[in-house]
Amino acid sequence: MLTYTADEMMTVTAARSLRNGMTCFVGIGLPSEAANLARATHAPDLVLIYESGTIGSKPGQVPLSIGDGILAETADSVVSVPEIFNYWLQPGRIDVGFLGAAQLDRYGNINTTVIGPAYDSPGVRLPGAGGAPEIAGACKEVTVVLRQSRRTFARQLDFVTSVGFGDGPGSRQRLGLSGGGPRLVITDLGVLRPDPDTCELVLTGIYAGVPVSRVQDNTGWDLKVSAELAEILPPTEAELAALRDLLASRSPAGPASAGPASAGPAPVAPAPVAAAGVGD
Amino acid sequence: MAQIVTLAEAISAAIRDGDTVAMEGFTHLIPHAAGHEVIRQQRRDLTLVRMTPDIIYDQLIGAGCARKLVFSWAGNPGVGSLHRFRDAVENSWPRPLELEEHSHAGMANRFAAGAAGLPFAVLRGYRGTTLPAHTAGVADIVCPFTGETLTAVSALRPDVAVIHAQRADTQGNVQYWGIGGVQKEAVLASSRSVVTVEEIVDRLDPRPGAVVLPWWAIGYIAVVPGGAHPSYALGYSARDNDFYQAWDAISRDRQRFAGWLDEHVYGRAPAGHGSRSVTAC
Repeated sequence: MLTYTADEMMTVTAARSLRNGMTCFVGIGLPSEAANLARATHAPDLVLIYESGTIGSKPGQVPLSIGDGILAETADSVVSVPEIFNYWLQPGRIDVGFLGAAQLDRYGNINTTVIGPAYDSPGVRLPGAGGAPEIAGACKEVTVVLRQSRRTFARQLDFVTSVGFGDGPGSRQRLGLSGGGPRLVITDLGVLRPDPDTCELVLTGIYAGVPVSRVQDNTGWDLKVSAELAEILPPTEAELAALRDLLASRSPAGPASAGPASAGPAPVAPAPVAAAGVGD
Repeated sequence: MAQIVTLAEAISAAIRDGDTVAMEGFTHLIPHAAGHEVIRQQRRDLTLVRMTPDIIYDQLIGAGCARKLVFSWAGNPGVGSLHRFRDAVENSWPRPLELEEHSHAGMANRFAAGAAGLPFAVLRGYRGTTLPAHTAGVADIVCPFTGETLTAVSALRPDVAVIHAQRADTQGNVQYWGIGGVQKEAVLASSRSVVTVEEIVDRLDPRPGAVVLPWWAIGYIAVVPGGAHPSYALGYSARDNDFYQAWDAISRDRQRFAGWLDEHVYGRAPAGHGSRSVTAC
């Protein structure tokens, strides 16, 4: 019996979504863990780009921040912050942007700024936009990684920090957003993709042992389920070993998975999950 | 023209109450020691500008130095919230903090416009977000050549830029390398500047990817070895990730934060020329 947490399942699923040779603009936290796991397993030539200006970083461990020295020392090129945004991100050179979020709505719009009741008197003040609005706007596609709950999967965002599909079909074109928008949302329960006609996020994949009703119960809107809902394979022993090696090598040890977008209120503790492993 | 002075002299000469101050550094080369000197000299009503306000701005805000924060991401990187920042925004402690927030791309372009002597910069950004509703200095602009609607952001022109660099030479030329953030733009956009450096050398030897800011574009230089701690200076020190994680607990509680300030900022003599490495942040 292979035992793993819901967070590990989420990170492995996110890593699998990255193809070898892609260019990936990486947010810190879960996205960075997943991107580095992909590099350590099936995608050794994944090009990691961090908003601190490091292009082609090859860290042997998961960095704590987007500016750890190892990112610069192992990079193909280190450029200034204005350059990384203006010359590399804005023209649409990057294949995939990997983002976290505190809140997400049915159209994949993201809030990382404030949680109610008002901007000037927020209940929770989050870190803010960072690089996310332009990553969400300009990358050829965007993958969002976040834990799923009624709080995070909101019917209505308290603040739109980064645009997904706006208010539905045609929004991105009207706003002049050149990238393809959120094509994949990966949570600790399953994965969602936008419906090609309505742009609304639909549950298309689910993890072993997770009932659909649980995903719906953890969504703040009436979540639609794909007719071709797939069960996602649990982590392999090799994937889990690689992930745990990566996290164990992080200096210093300790939980540090709050990213530019997920550093909000108390993070949800990862729930242990037991599932049949490949070797069983 | 660069003057090499003590840190206390540099801050005293360059920064006045009510100034707009950009202490820049993108995770790397953050001028922590200079920020502590600002706290010690009890500057007030500052408008603090920075793309990524982290621990040093948390300390300045908690110490009551700031009236306003202009920023794009305020957090403890990889750890979580800035608790002094949140306490100021959510509870107005120790005083209310006015916010002006942007995206990273917007802030980077605002600094670049300031450095270029332009009133604004143009980018693709902000459209469809809630940011423009709360942020002055963001507006649609139509391209005169294509008719496309883009976004204009107003230039940043701080009174003072404060940065940390690896080295300067005796003439005052400043050299830094590794992740360079937006420091060049911040210095060139500002009326005055303070640069803390790890060391002063007779001659700067070339380094791959290094930026050199010439002596005549710099205001004050102070030697503060370890002056970026718990941030780092590539080639001189490593990022003290343990301290970033420890800060979460220190900063959560007002009393504990005040005690930390007393011990580690107010209790120490101002660092200056030739001072020892800062070990307690």
